[in-house]
Amino acid sequence: MTTKPKALLLLAHGTNRDRDAAEALTLAGADPEVIPLNLLRQARRRFDEYQMLVLPGGFSYADALGAGKLLAIDLQTYFADQIRAFVASGKPVIGICNGFQALVKAGILPGDGVEATLTFNARGRFECRWVTLRPVSSTCVWTRGLDDLIACPVAHGEGNFQAAAPDRLTGQIALTYVLPDGSPAGGAYPANPNGSVLDIAGLCNPAGNVLGLMPHPENHIHPWQHPLWTRRAGGRSGLPLFENGVRYAVQL
Amino acid sequence: MPVYRFIVRFQRADDPRSVGLLADARALGLTALACIQCQDLFFIEGQLSPDECQQLARSLLIDPLTQSFDWRELPASPADPPPGALIVEVALRPGVTDPVADEIVRAAHQLGLTGVRRAATGLRYLFFFAPSASIRESVTQSVPVRASATESVTNSVTQSVSVRESVTKSVTESVIESVINPVIHRWALGEIEPSFPVEAESSGAVETLRLRGLTDEALLALSAQRRAALDLAEMQALRAYCEREGRDLTDVEFETIAQTWSEHCVHKTFKALIEIENSLDGGLPSVVNGPSSTVNGLFNTYIRAATEKIAAPWVLSAFVDNAGVIDLDGENEISFKVETHNHPSAIEPFGGANTGVGGVIRDVLGVSHKPIANTDVLCFGMQDTPFDELPPGVLHPRRIFSGVVAGVQDYGNKMGIPTVNGAILFDPGYAANPLVFCGTVGIAPRRRSGSGPRPGDRVVVLGGGTGRDGLRGATFSSMTMDAQTGQVSGASVQIGNPIVEKGLVDVILPARERGLYTAITDCGAGGLSSAVGEMASRTGCEVELAQVRLKYPGLAPWEIWLSEAQERMVLAVPPEALPALQELCNLHDVTLMDIGEFTASGRLVVRYGGRVVLDLDNEFLHHGIPQRKLKATLPAAASGDSLDHSSSTVHRPPSIVPRPPSPVHSPLPHVDPAQTLLRLLAHPNIVSKAEVIRIYDHEVQGGTAVKPLTGAQMDAPSDACVLRPLGARGRAGIALANGINPEYGKRDPYRMAMAVVDEAVRNLVAVGADPARIALLDNFCWGDPLRPETLGALVEAARGCHDAALLFGAPFISGKDSLNNEYLGADGQRHAIPPTLLISSIGVMADVTRAITMDLKEAGNLLYLIGDFAPTFGGSHFHLAASGLCPPATLNEPVPSVSARTPGVYAALHRAIASGLVRAAHDLSEGGLAVAAAEMCIGGRLGLDLDLPPGDPLRLLFGETTGCLLVEVAPLQAAAFEAGFRDLPLRRLGRVAETPALTVSAGGSLLFRLPVSALLEAWNTSLHEQLLTDD
Repeated sequence: MTTKPKALLLLAHGTNRDRDAAEALTLAGADPEVIPLNLLRQARRRFDEYQMLVLPGGFSYADALGAGKLLAIDLQTYFADQIRAFVASGKPVIGICNGFQALVKAGILPGDGVEATLTFNARGRFECRWVTLRPVSSTCVWTRGLDDLIACPVAHGEGNFQAAAPDRLTGQIALTYVLPDGSPAGGAYPANPNGSVLDIAGLCNPAGNVLGLMPHPENHIHPWQHPLWTRRAGGRSGLPLFENGVRYAVQL
Repeated sequence: MPVYRFIVRFQRADDPRSVGLLADARALGLTALACIQCQDLFFIEGQLSPDECQQLARSLLIDPLTQSFDWRELPASPADPPPGALIVEVALRPGVTDPVADEIVRAAHQLGLTGVRRAATGLRYLFFFAPSASIRESVTQSVPVRASATESVTNSVTQSVSVRESVTKSVTESVIESVINPVIHRWALGEIEPSFPVEAESSGAVETLRLRGLTDEALLALSAQRRAALDLAEMQALRAYCEREGRDLTDVEFETIAQTWSEHCVHKTFKALIEIENSLDGGLPSVVNGPSSTVNGLFNTYIRAATEKIAAPWVLSAFVDNAGVIDLDGENEISFKVETHNHPSAIEPFGGANTGVGGVIRDVLGVSHKPIANTDVLCFGMQDTPFDELPPGVLHPRRIFSGVVAGVQDYGNKMGIPTVNGAILFDPGYAANPLVFCGTVGIAPRRRSGSGPRPGDRVVVLGGGTGRDGLRGATFSSMTMDAQTGQVSGASVQIGNPIVEKGLVDVILPARERGLYTAITDCGAGGLSSAVGEMASRTGCEVELAQVRLKYPGLAPWEIWLSEAQERMVLAVPPEALPALQELCNLHDVTLMDIGEFTASGRLVVRYGGRVVLDLDNEFLHHGIPQRKLKATLPAAASGDSLDHSSSTVHRPPSIVPRPPSPVHSPLPHVDPAQTLLRLLAHPNIVSKAEVIRIYDHEVQGGTAVKPLTGAQMDAPSDACVLRPLGARGRAGIALANGINPEYGKRDPYRMAMAVVDEAVRNLVAVGADPARIALLDNFCWGDPLRPETLGALVEAARGCHDAALLFGAPFISGKDSLNNEYLGADGQRHAIPPTLLISSIGVMADVTRAITMDLKEAGNLLYLIGDFAPTFGGSHFHLAASGLCPPATLNEPVPSVSARTPGVYAALHRAIASGLVRAAHDLSEGGLAVAAAEMCIGGRLGLDLDLPPGDPLRLLFGETTGCLLVEVAPLQAAAFEAGFRDLPLRRLGRVAETPALTVSAGGSLLFRLPVSALLEAWNTSLHEQLLTDD
């Protein structure tokens, strides 16, 4: 029996989907630990003690000066060397919602110096609704081999992915917003809930070990979380994405 | 020291914030506006090189891909404004929390920009007007000058060169008012001067207030001067105390007593001795005590009495703690509390609602529970109210709506607590007095925490700094508002900081696990005075106010002691546990202040810099308030219904006043039922609230099994939500719902209370909750109880609560009253709200995977109507939607009563759901049977073929009744389902149809047929669009 990979869930000031992500990782076979950022600052924990890194959703620093911005500055100042080493080692990293925003604003995603951002939703407001995602990347260690669509909620106000040169990113697109029948959203609301270019819901770095995504697959890991379960509909769980990441961490 | 001014703007002109502002302004009637550009302002004080200013902006202030910036050092001549634009710059008033400013300083230092000393933020608006003169004219008419657009506005606007002549004064004022609120904002035409927070130190000033020897008139004058809201008897008790003690009171003592004795804190109306001046035919109902027609305390007589008579073993704490607590599954307990934040939301909607949510979350933290769900019920004035019909000084209901909703969203979402249940209602009576009910549910392992403070324990405050925010909030909320309230009570408005409160959760939950405190309570109304005062009421304590961290200087000791600054909790911490708690606080960036010690003295002693500023004995502070004696006149329209308890057991009350036997109703004139149904679906109270529900995160924490929006397209209204909290074992879950009906409240408060308890219970049963495991919360929002008829209506409603709780065996576990919801207009008229009772219900279900939703599931299934169906038009939404078409006689019909058979119906339905016999259930509420059926069709995107029973079709379709649900059952299960309703009212009404249309026949002939797309179109009418089309 392989040992469970240890996952570091970074708890910044205002992170709030840490327990949701921890539950998903536990079900996927990892051993998650929610670590307050100050413990890492005080060097009482180190990133390299862990096999996986998770930046969960929430409102770090209340979204002051832009969602994820101040957490990105933490990553770039306090932890720049440790994060760079973690990413370079090929260990799986996932940033969900606010974690994705921080990874983008810290320049870790898309990587290679491509300018990108997650800005205000095209409709100008926070929205919580279920969306359908298609895993499209075979490079990304989190999405490779996933055939099924994923149904899960989005809950954000600044999830509109834009890039200076989106054409350069096609190989890094990991998840796209699609209609419930699997056909492309084509930028149209509400299937694409925020106006992201190329229907991008999730993006990985060129090496494929770092995934960032706005939706919350960690909130669809039990059948009764699906909005249509009382209509006897189901499937499209978010759990396989986490199982993929854990499987990858185990074989490293 | 130099100050640098930065303007940050979006590169695209159509950035969502500016577009949203324009849409809001135009919806308020400002159709002359062609464009708004909104930009961010930052003021940085410090020593920075030009390169450092560039770096600061690029790395901190802007999003380089979407935004650009300008900067310059102040003072410098302002840049030329764009031609034709009205420019308004807005900043927060000194003392209003500005969390972004603090983050800028912190992050700049982190980036090595150590020259940054202080920061401030602001907003810059550029308004562009349409050129057409005819538009100008129409705007001048539709947006009259309002009282709060002061003369100084007018003068400075007149002098401003940036305003084109074609823009009239009144339009300019209205435009400015659409983006500022003078309670929290200062503003300027053109460029605003920055102001920065300064280092903090208290003024130390303490006044002595002479009470000994004062005449009664002078006592009342003192109460009014200090806005204490104490009446003569209470002021006389203070005078007597001073005379006994041989001294006068310091301002700290006086203010402490005023808060502790406020309606908000001590609920004196619900404890008052009430003399009933009239009686109903045949005397008063049996539950009213005594031959002299007096009620000795509404709370004890009706609310607490019901809970004690029901004596449910699963109620773990009722009324004593910050929140009511019940058992979930034997291992975990759950808490529930609902609060109102009405007055603050009236004068600053965002901040008022924001801190309302923050406050009720702290109530749940005050029982050491993890917050797992929020609810919110909101009552607003009509959104299309013309400006000139608003009382002076009142914000437009649309402004209040958008501000309140944004405030609820901001706090709940940022705390990571799902907002899962609520309601939004509209009535002209809420225009000046919006109601904002905020609720929070918490969970914890079942282990009663905290022994209570012990002498020697430290008095520890966790959380944010203390400012002048929210001074006298408890007394403020106990007074009638007038046109000046906004200005005078500006200090009563608080702005929340949810991330600070999230830090409190992160500290308190592990501190509870490790037993680091013996008692805990939240800082709410009255601030430290009431939090510390209550905690020390059985021991005593000594506090040093100089230890309290302040946000800015100049606070007098009484202000520190009374401040309602948000995001603070008070803990009693054994000295040996203090280091561990400090360590936890450091980990989560939470400030810990050790401000004193609990003692065994029985006295509350407060010092400032060593000098005693307050020394009161607990007995007087907490028990010295004289009982109020009030007079009530029962409403003439009161039904006089009552339950006879003399021979009843709780679960089988023998009789309720029988329902009016299906009476000889006058036949209604011809009203088109299809059009009526569409109008009802589009009525603001019934129409889809999806746009609001979706800006609340209802999925965070991953426990939402039945969501607020449900059905095939996830857009239909759930009767209740079901949660399966993370951490609970097995499949046990929690259901949440509510009942509220001001239309009934206006007509018959007793039946209203019965009906809303029934609705709150029925909504839970509809999703599968166990009716034997339902607990209730009561929130009364009423007018001035000193008016006998207002109090009489309150007596009747409280009596209704009692009788309904007993009927359903559903105990009250917590409650709150908000009285004096009245507004004294400059016209001298009092504007009171409709008598409004919110019943919030919380239920337990053994297995969430047995829950059902209200959407139709499958063509061919049968549709049943269950419950005693007795539709009436009294207080119905039929009247609101079809006004003018109804004969007056129907207006005078009584509102629905509750049948004694109802609990049996719910028990039978619950057994059927638990056995898997039911595919969908939906309650009949506003709009009656037709609206319920239409909503089920919308939910399933399926049709229904209904055949009405004998009777007047309009009454059957649109009359309102209690105790009834529509239930969908598969044909194979029909026999088993019907068997469960032997001797109970049940009738087969029709079938689910594949063709998506609602088809209604009576006696075999077609009444109407409406496609689901038409139902959906009516039901999805946006409140916003309704306004625009009405223009």
